[in-house]
Amino acid sequence: MMKTKYHGEIEINQEEILHFERGIPGFLDEKDFIILSLSKNQIYSAMQSVTTPLLAFVVVNPFHFFHDYDFELEDSVVEELDIKSQNDVQVFSILTCEDPFENTTTNLQAPVVINTSNHRAKQVILHNTNYKTKHPIFQKG
Amino acid sequence: MLVLTRKNGESIKIGDDIEITIISSKNDQVKIGINAPKHVEVYRTEIYEQILEENKQASHDISSLLNALKQGR
Repeated sequence: MMKTKYHGEIEINQEEILHFERGIPGFLDEKDFIILSLSKNQIYSAMQSVTTPLLAFVVVNPFHFFHDYDFELEDSVVEELDIKSQNDVQVFSILTCEDPFENTTTNLQAPVVINTSNHRAKQVILHNTNYKTKHPIFQKG
Repeated sequence: MLVLTRKNGESIKIGDDIEITIISSKNDQVKIGINAPKHVEVYRTEIYEQILEENKQASHDISSLLNALKQGR
């Protein structure tokens, strides 16, 4: 059994654990997370730390909000995550939730990239990109 | 901090496998080439700091927003 920030106490399957070998910036010791759905429509999920119950990020599929979101993975990342096929790659972007929720932004400059075939993951910081850390996810007006 | 003076085209070795070359410098801008093994991550400092800061903000408690979020959009 594992305690979580938004899902109470839950049972997790070891196979669901995503392993971030180097942690993520600001949380270098946090190497294991799981993805838990936060909304019925499956758009919002929590990326919950396995080791720290109080640590969870809200993540989304960035392509749901930004249809033309596009970036190239550097060879070093492909190697580090041992990515063999593009079909194995899943991408999340981390939300910075605001109150009111309409002002929420997401970090397209540093997507979470997952190799679903071996559960290795990494928050990749894109080089030479126009994407920033705060893109509003809802159009204003 | 160790401070070394280099000219354009000159380089510095850090350990066995990292080499930093001054490609060019003009006014207050310096173009730097970095040769490092793939497992060594190289970032512009302010970009890394920005991501770190954004992650900290993103980790804040959102319990009060969970309802808005569950309704989705």
